[in-house]
Amino acid sequence: MDLLVDIQKTLPGFELDVHFETGQDILGLLGASGSGKSMTLRCIAGIETPDQGRIVLNGRILFDSQKGINLPCQKRKLGYLFQNYALFPNMTVEENIGFGLGDKKRDAQRAIIKKMVTMIKLEGLEKRYPNQLSGGQQQRVALARALAIEPEALLLDEPFSALDDYLRSHMVQQLTETIADYPGVTLFVTHNMDEIYSICNQLVVLSQGKIEAHGGTEDLFRSPPTLISAQLTGCKNFSRANYLSPFELEALDWGIHLITQHELPQKIAYVGIRAHSIEWATDEKRDNVLCGWLKATSETPSRITLYLNVKNETLRQHDQQIQWEITKQTWSALRDKPQPWNLYCHPVDLIIV
Amino acid sequence: MAPFHGSPIFLFIVLDEGKGVICVYTNLRGLDFSPLLISLRAAFIATIVTFFLGIAAACFVSGYRGKFKGLIDGVLTLPLVLPPTVVGFLLLILFGKNGPLGKFLLALGTTVIFSWPATVIAATVVAFPLMYRTVRSAFEQIDQTMIYAARTLGVSEWKIFWKITIPLSWPGVAAGTVLAFARALGDFGATLMIGGNIPGKTLTIPAAIFFAAESGAMGKALIWVILIVLISIIVMTLMNYWTDYQRKMIATISRR
Repeated sequence: MDLLVDIQKTLPGFELDVHFETGQDILGLLGASGSGKSMTLRCIAGIETPDQGRIVLNGRILFDSQKGINLPCQKRKLGYLFQNYALFPNMTVEENIGFGLGDKKRDAQRAIIKKMVTMIKLEGLEKRYPNQLSGGQQQRVALARALAIEPEALLLDEPFSALDDYLRSHMVQQLTETIADYPGVTLFVTHNMDEIYSICNQLVVLSQGKIEAHGGTEDLFRSPPTLISAQLTGCKNFSRANYLSPFELEALDWGIHLITQHELPQKIAYVGIRAHSIEWATDEKRDNVLCGWLKATSETPSRITLYLNVKNETLRQHDQQIQWEITKQTWSALRDKPQPWNLYCHPVDLIIV
Repeated sequence: MAPFHGSPIFLFIVLDEGKGVICVYTNLRGLDFSPLLISLRAAFIATIVTFFLGIAAACFVSGYRGKFKGLIDGVLTLPLVLPPTVVGFLLLILFGKNGPLGKFLLALGTTVIFSWPATVIAATVVAFPLMYRTVRSAFEQIDQTMIYAARTLGVSEWKIFWKITIPLSWPGVAAGTVLAFARALGDFGATLMIGGNIPGKTLTIPAAIFFAAESGAMGKALIWVILIVLISIIVMTLMNYWTDYQRKMIATISRR
């Protein structure tokens, strides 16, 4: 089970150039909107045609510009789950699921539909129309419809973006369960790093049509190799950085020296720290401690994000803002303490790019 | 068409024209009903032909991605914007003795000019753009991802067209058909140009109204006017109720 994608396509004001291979692990494509992740998926499915390159699925050439091969959508045998599900509103649940099974015998069709309906736990709703189903149920029907044709690869295009938060976490878990049994290649496209982290083992980070990073999901989240991949995996705080010694760097925008856990390469550009990795330090004389004055806060029901200005005496420029995400408990303990507050950046948590 | 036989039927029409009251009196016994049949025949055949031609053209143009799209669309819409007499004139050139199609038909030993097929051709040509335009806009309103989804499922374009495109654009197709029928029934200029006004052969209701009114037979003209208004109202109303009924069916399904 493997998929090779190596395609280039020029679009107005945008150039897509991606090259990756994937096996049976679920591969996530992470990128901001307009980064080319959906376009990549559409090229694989045959909805869009790349200008040049190759797409090979399990040894079967789907597209090869040099050999002049471009299989139509119909012949690619891919399951595609669309962002808006694209269910046929004029057909019932079972008609939707069975729509791609026209070449099979009636009995076989019925058996597959039954199996699929059981898999997505929609027994009893077979005769319903899509507009009589909830968003989550619609998504399950769309997934069943895609899986019914036994596709060689499953392409998921931001499948959770149309769901509300409550349903989303529930559906993420359900989808993971369903596709755990799926033997083929799975590609999952999203801009949401939480979804990627919980669903995908392998990750490709896309930015402006180019691949920024490719690797294991956990590795990429722990030490993203580029600034953009660090931003896309959710790191909020960055400072320009200078190399000082193998285990020390100077964070120019924050005006401090930082000790690192790992040995530094000679050429470094930025140092970053995730908003939730910052700890509160009582002692400002320690290493890796920033001083910050509170400027603004933004609350969610469980967490609070503090926006602090960092004092930078060496540069004397505009104060740099830093985001610090803490729990409500920490906040109630912290709020009446005199400022500036000491922010401790643990060497392990530093992201260096 | 034989004149109306049986007990005498009288139609009294009272027109209030300013000060005086004009009494129009017509005996239906003497009325020749052939224009009704000619008109209905032309309208029905033209509607059936436009139904398929319009859908095919809409399908082609909405799927066409070349640079001639604007030109093709313009040519197909032309009969809608040209004066009917111009359409009739062009048809006359096309089907006349020296026209390309006329020559071909002459070789087969026939001609359509001033014969009843001329009324059908004229009605078809003027009704076509309405069907084509309405269906095309209905096609283009369909969410394309639905078509893509069907393709990834391995379904043939033919099946996609009949099972998804047509059902989803059905209200547009129905509206286009009704508009085409109404236009075909009402054509005057183009029909007159290539069909003429031969009573019992090519004289349609609109032409009959014109010639009756011109010769001062206001009562006769008025009968035709009432008839054509009635037919149009009936067809439009039936269509509206039918569309409503379909919409309600879907609504009931979704409420259950």
